[in-house]
Amino acid sequence: MIRVTRRYRFAASHRLHSERFSEGENRALYGKCNNPHGHGHDYVLEVSVSGPLDPVSGQVINVSALDNLVASRVVHDFDHKYMNADVREFQEVVPTSENILRVIEERLAAHWHSVFSGDGPRLEAIRLRETKRNLFELRAS
Amino acid sequence: MLITRKAEFSASHVCAQSSLTLEQNRALYGLAANPNGHGHNYVLEVTLEGDPDPATGMVFDLKQLKEIIHKAVIEPMDHRFLNYEVPPFDKVVPTAENVAAEIWNRLEPSFEGSPARLQNVRLYETDDLYVDYAGARK
Repeated sequence: MIRVTRRYRFAASHRLHSERFSEGENRALYGKCNNPHGHGHDYVLEVSVSGPLDPVSGQVINVSALDNLVASRVVHDFDHKYMNADVREFQEVVPTSENILRVIEERLAAHWHSVFSGDGPRLEAIRLRETKRNLFELRAS
Repeated sequence: MLITRKAEFSASHVCAQSSLTLEQNRALYGLAANPNGHGHNYVLEVTLEGDPDPATGMVFDLKQLKEIIHKAVIEPMDHRFLNYEVPPFDKVVPTAENVAAEIWNRLEPSFEGSPARLQNVRLYETDDLYVDYAGARK
């Protein structure tokens, strides 16, 4: 099996705050991330795909096609944005790294087969590095 | 238990198929299709799996692993133009996928009959693109 992993970056701000909790509960739950004015990170996103190695092209995936997909569906909408206000999904859902990964997976999955054939590369995992000290991973379903 | 040893080599390559036009190759491989080639500082991570020997406390002798990687990969590939100087890349396109698989094929025989087995080869073409290969059967 061959797995190809590509790394992308975007800079974005967020605030972790849920309407379901009181102000005190939000502060206790999310700590500094609950700061009312938000704060930002240089996020690093890794996208891993696996699939059959095309014997002629020598590729598992056309990396430029993946770049275009991730750029148009994720980086374009997330980079230099305040996610709570600027990214549709986070008007409903708290932009924790876990939820950001779910949103990114949904966005990639929704458009995957308009770019890649059914027997071609498969989205295997996405990882999000929020800071140097934390890394979140979602194995694609 | 897994142990991983890292090594680096610098090489140039062209990603293109001789049966395709320059335009078709550019559509498929992007900038990597430039006919004159271009280079990378490849970073290789070789991972072995095994149980530590009760006497030595080692899964595999890391000095020996360094030598195996050096002989099988670094010596033939470092500061080379892969398409011209490193078979089978005169016939096979030296994409990161194919280079990783070739490195696996060159390394694997060294661990036959050894208590450690080759578990994974990870090849970074750049910081932002890497390939994992764990053998043909998986």
